[in-house]
Amino acid sequence: MSQPAWTEDQPIVSIKDVHKSFGDLEVLKGISMDVMKGEVICIIGPSGSGKSTLIRCVNALNDIQSGSIQVEGQEVNDKALDKLELRKKVGMVFQQYNLFPHKTALENIMMAPIKVLKQDKAEVEKRARSLIEKVRLQGKENAYPGELSGGQQQRVAIARSLAMNPDIMLFDEVTAALDPETVKEVLVTIKDLAEDGMTCMLVTHEMGFAKEIADHIYFTDRGVIVEHGPPATFFEQANDPRTQEFLSQIL
Amino acid sequence: MWIKHPIPGIDKPALTKFAVLKPYTAVPAGAADDLLFSRWLVSTPLWAWLVFALALSAWPMASYASSTYTMSDAFQALWRWIPFIVTGGFFFNVVISFFAMLIGTVLGVILGLMQISPLWVIRFPAQVITQVFRNSPWLVLLFIVLLALPYEIEFGDTIIRIPDWMKAVFGLCLPIMANISEVVRGAINSVPSGQWEAAESLAYTRQQTLWQIILPQCFKRMIPPWMNWYAILTMATPLCSLLGVEEIITLSRQAIEAENNKPELLVPFYGFALLIFFAYCYPIARATIALERRFAVKL
Amino acid sequence: MLEAFTEFFRTLAEDHPRWNFIFFYEPRQWARIVKGFQHTIVLSIACVFFSVVIGVVGAWMQSSPSKWVRRIVQGYIQFFRNTPPFVQLLFFYFALGQFTPTVTGPDGWTEVPLVSNIGWAIISLSFFAGAFNVEIFRSGIEAVPESTQEAASALGFSRLQTYMDVVLPLAFRVSLPALNNNLVNLVKTTTQAIAIAVPELLYQSVSIWSDYPSAQYPTMILLFLSFIFLVGILVLGMSRWERAMRIPGYGG
Repeated sequence: MSQPAWTEDQPIVSIKDVHKSFGDLEVLKGISMDVMKGEVICIIGPSGSGKSTLIRCVNALNDIQSGSIQVEGQEVNDKALDKLELRKKVGMVFQQYNLFPHKTALENIMMAPIKVLKQDKAEVEKRARSLIEKVRLQGKENAYPGELSGGQQQRVAIARSLAMNPDIMLFDEVTAALDPETVKEVLVTIKDLAEDGMTCMLVTHEMGFAKEIADHIYFTDRGVIVEHGPPATFFEQANDPRTQEFLSQIL
Repeated sequence: MWIKHPIPGIDKPALTKFAVLKPYTAVPAGAADDLLFSRWLVSTPLWAWLVFALALSAWPMASYASSTYTMSDAFQALWRWIPFIVTGGFFFNVVISFFAMLIGTVLGVILGLMQISPLWVIRFPAQVITQVFRNSPWLVLLFIVLLALPYEIEFGDTIIRIPDWMKAVFGLCLPIMANISEVVRGAINSVPSGQWEAAESLAYTRQQTLWQIILPQCFKRMIPPWMNWYAILTMATPLCSLLGVEEIITLSRQAIEAENNKPELLVPFYGFALLIFFAYCYPIARATIALERRFAVKL
Repeated sequence: MLEAFTEFFRTLAEDHPRWNFIFFYEPRQWARIVKGFQHTIVLSIACVFFSVVIGVVGAWMQSSPSKWVRRIVQGYIQFFRNTPPFVQLLFFYFALGQFTPTVTGPDGWTEVPLVSNIGWAIISLSFFAGAFNVEIFRSGIEAVPESTQEAASALGFSRLQTYMDVVLPLAFRVSLPALNNNLVNLVKTTTQAIAIAVPELLYQSVSIWSDYPSAQYPTMILLFLSFIFLVGILVLGMSRWERAMRIPGYGG
């Protein structure tokens, strides 16, 4: 494998003409986008437009039929891909939090660095405690997921991903399952992250939030990117009637 | 459509808020008795039994290829004995299971109703009896009843002898009683408590509520587990052979002895016993599951 | 103290011939009971252990990608589920037992079968209860949502790590109540080993009351209480374990 070494001036995630279908249902019909290091991009669009599938393809939870996805110069659509290497670089947070219910908050965060990266336990614990602090959950270290609210669980899930020291974070509708009052605490956590310079790809329905933190917004519908641009121009000057219709329903 | 990773909201319903564990299909502990047995019986494809029977007879056939007494001799022997084994043996398995079920059900229903009594003095002994007989081995109960019951009862001048199979009925009806008691209790508890409250607010007495409102609702629900227990009971009847009761295993053994204890006979004779039980229990299991489905929709 | 105890039962037997608690004052009968109890416990522990091992391995094999492996496991389950354990015991011991090789016994000249009757009882009963355990563990594994496994793989866990660290610990907790039921049933079923003359508690009790008909009722009572006691200990232990394994925040 002699790939040109990736440098920081190249896109950290480069998606080119990606096609993906589930049986007869074509979900992605040729999607391309580039994400630079430190950028925050938001993918919005109606349900079933392929947003979630797209970001799940970035860390190889779904495979793609054709096209190319490169993460730091590494091709993801490759049978010989070292998924462990990829997943060390790419953290993911799910809509359903998916915490391990039989482990405490702290154990959830520590598990992957210890088991997967074989790091020293004492060191991992130190880092995990500082992550707990970062997501503002001091005092909840020994609580089990079932004893936490949805928003708290989601913040543990974010900390769990961060414990792997990823270069990119993927957020798959992370606030969709939350009560309105806890949405904010999760969004604040993500905003902190973005401000620290983490590269983030978000699928979200929170338009206000997207407008506030995104560097670039992509609108997808029926498997294609209809329109994209920086938030200022995207929200003010949407051209496509589909985008206009969607925004009028949401905003 | 073949889907590798179903995506919530796209090709399967969106998940619930706490996607921790999906509903668990096996039996929860302490639940009123399940239909596990019947379900498994039904899920066996019939051809599997034929294949099984063939495989079983092939093994000893290979082992004894050189001996003069061939497997076909053994099957001919079985063929000669089948009428005797079925009419004199399996018939009694059915008779024993029928009466044990009848008596066990009557006693079990009474015990089950006692278990939900508001009176401590009625409820507590019923619970103890139920748990004791549910948790003791069937074989131990059989032995105890067989030895503890007298051989004959005197009614004034007439002396009535109690045949062994009748004692087996009493032995087997005890665990059935305890399990049916749990079925009844479970079914009654499955009726939402709002029903009791609604009836109470209409000035029904407790007895009226139970007989006119609660029991009619859960009667149908009790039938499938009741049939399930009948199948389990039938499967347990060969235990009576240990006590010398004439039934299929006892008679099979006698037949094997009459044929000079040839080892080739063991597989056909015991294999036949396995198959005849299957043939008897399988339709019951099917009906149980069918009934359960029908009631599940209606209720 | 012990003296007075044995003396009490000796006089009781003399005064009331039907209540001859012979095993409380005659050491040989007491030894029989103890031996029977030991056999029942050995049988129970061995069968519980092997049936759980069979259950875990079988459930793992049922998720095998090979269709034939899955079918073989399914065939095994169906056979052992749907036939009486009693007939299985007879079948294993009498029908299959005669095809197993023999070895020279401890006395140097008799031939004894490689697998003793206790061995056959353990094999037969373990396979019987194991068939149920496979299904129990499999349903437990199915209760773990794909999304939780997906989260593990997104964190870089391998398939085996996901299975060992996430799926099994959860599946095991879900399966415990059903496992509990099945193991209680297994302990009760060990009595059926009497059919192949395994000298367990029931066998010893039966031989005591055939030797001493006057000891019939006392032996029955002892037998009955012993099993209630054994099953009670198992139920208590399992429910404590269940409580200890409970995940805070989920379910009651």
